Amino acid sequence: MRTRVAWLAGQLVLTLAVASVAVFWVLRVLPGDSAVVALGVNATPEALDQWRAAHGTDRPLIVQYLDWMGGLLHADFGTSFVTGRDLTALILDRVQVTLIIVGLGMLLALLVAIPLGTLAAVHHRSAWGTVIGGASQVGVAVPNFLVGVLLVSFVAVRARWLPAGGWVPPILDPAEFWRHAILPAVALGTVQAAIITRYVRSAVIEVMREDFLRTARASGHTRTTALVHHGLRNAGVPVVTVVGVQLAGMLVGAIVVERVFVVPGLGSLLVDAVNQRDLQAVQSIVMTLVVLVVAINFVVDLLYTVLDPRLRTGREVRA
Amino acid sequence: MSEAATVGPRRRPGVHPQLVIGAVLVALVVVVALVSFAWTPFDPIHAVPADRLQGPSAQHWFGTDRFGRDVLSQLMVGARITLYVGVVAVGIAAVVGIPVGVVAGMRGGVPGAALMRGADVLLAFPGLLLAIVFGAAFGAGTTTAMVALGIGAIPAFARVARSGTLQVMRTDYVLAARAANRPAWAIAWRHVLPNIAGIAVVQASVNFGLAVLAEAALSFLGLGTAPPTPSWGRMLQDSQQFLGTYDYLAIAPGVAIAVAVLGFNLLGDGLRDVLDPRLLGRRR
Repeated sequence: MRTRVAWLAGQLVLTLAVASVAVFWVLRVLPGDSAVVALGVNATPEALDQWRAAHGTDRPLIVQYLDWMGGLLHADFGTSFVTGRDLTALILDRVQVTLIIVGLGMLLALLVAIPLGTLAAVHHRSAWGTVIGGASQVGVAVPNFLVGVLLVSFVAVRARWLPAGGWVPPILDPAEFWRHAILPAVALGTVQAAIITRYVRSAVIEVMREDFLRTARASGHTRTTALVHHGLRNAGVPVVTVVGVQLAGMLVGAIVVERVFVVPGLGSLLVDAVNQRDLQAVQSIVMTLVVLVVAINFVVDLLYTVLDPRLRTGREVRA
Repeated sequence: MSEAATVGPRRRPGVHPQLVIGAVLVALVVVVALVSFAWTPFDPIHAVPADRLQGPSAQHWFGTDRFGRDVLSQLMVGARITLYVGVVAVGIAAVVGIPVGVVAGMRGGVPGAALMRGADVLLAFPGLLLAIVFGAAFGAGTTTAMVALGIGAIPAFARVARSGTLQVMRTDYVLAARAANRPAWAIAWRHVLPNIAGIAVVQASVNFGLAVLAEAALSFLGLGTAPPTPSWGRMLQDSQQFLGTYDYLAIAPGVAIAVAVLGFNLLGDGLRDVLDPRLLGRRR
């Protein structure tokens, strides 16, 4: 167990190191001179020199990279190339908003998907199973921003039940916070619910074929109690994996949903930075998202080890 | 409720419903895109201010947008961009990912592990995020989006190719070929590639759906296909200011995206069941 955790942690550090080099290379080396990117090709040489000196891009690239990385390790995200604002407070503020709607969305998705998927599995040869299976198949194909747009139209604009967009921090006004957070969370969660339902369904069907479940039924369990006592823990392993993968996907999906509901999260900050060609900001925001994605994958791998004892000793057991 | 807990044969022989529906939906998108080269009801980018924001009618089946452009014509031309991005993105991913996976599966050891670790690092960048990064670095556009989505999908192909290769390498005929001292490339060409072609096609179909979704999301963010070329994602974005009053502007491109993605997903699922179940293993 301990070797496996150390192995996973080593992989985490290595992945982040390689990813940070890749982000820096793609955003700061490949596009050419950051000063030209910021000021345009018609800028005078004096203006370019001044910009380079002001933003420290006249230093060797390796120094710039180490400076950026050293800052990140101390939670210092640098200064925006365009607005000159300190990125640290901005990113830390925005990331909370994104994590809140992603977390709420996933919670909603699980609350729907686990019962629905189990139901679809138990009845997978009857009409009910087919209906749930078909509905989840359609749900997977619907983009989350389409759900968002339709929610805005019907729930916010027509029915006027909830605001169409904006954000109120939970500490400021909890009631208003919920009113603003529900629709983005539903938009993110609906599609995820469809995806996870499919995985829960096939995981439970898989478990229902296992010998130990037949034994449990032979020893007097009903199908439901056999599933609850013996099946669901085993079905949990593949489901935990997909939840992790989807959580990482939702962070990115939130970029689009935040746009629909004008939610000031990390995603809208990223899109603004891209539109302003603020490469320093893009670099730090992307790295924040990558750290979150990699951290989620790390936790999934750990949980996997806990849930499936067979993985506790081996090093390379992955299929 | 009275059926046994054990589960019988999964698939009846005969027509596979998912495969058929998926193929029909994909064919629909392809046909619409092809027809758009020869004919659209109206010029999709020609603004007619007098006809702006008209609901669906006999003349404009899906209505007109805020510039009086015909929505159906824009949808038809948008199908081209959708397919174009999907084909190039999946092509890049397959051409790079499959050889990487095959080599990793055949070589094993340090080179194999190194290749797969490289692919794992890419997993830290979900496709959409990679496309946004590339958009920031090289300027947003259709080409940037296709390339980024293609690179982002490489690990998926590398992984399925590797696990398929590992299974093929354990078979008796590969053992025989190796005993007969056949060179590695010949084994790869003669035995491995034909046997993993099935899972590669399934992966291609699934990734095609993902690419369509990601392209729509990018265009929705304004980081995809540039105006005036019609794209489904941007049509949806444009519809936002008319929500609650002209909903058809959102529903038309939204349904188009969902139909295309659903088609490729169903096609992938159907193919997974139909093509060589021995290698494909369990369904997700």
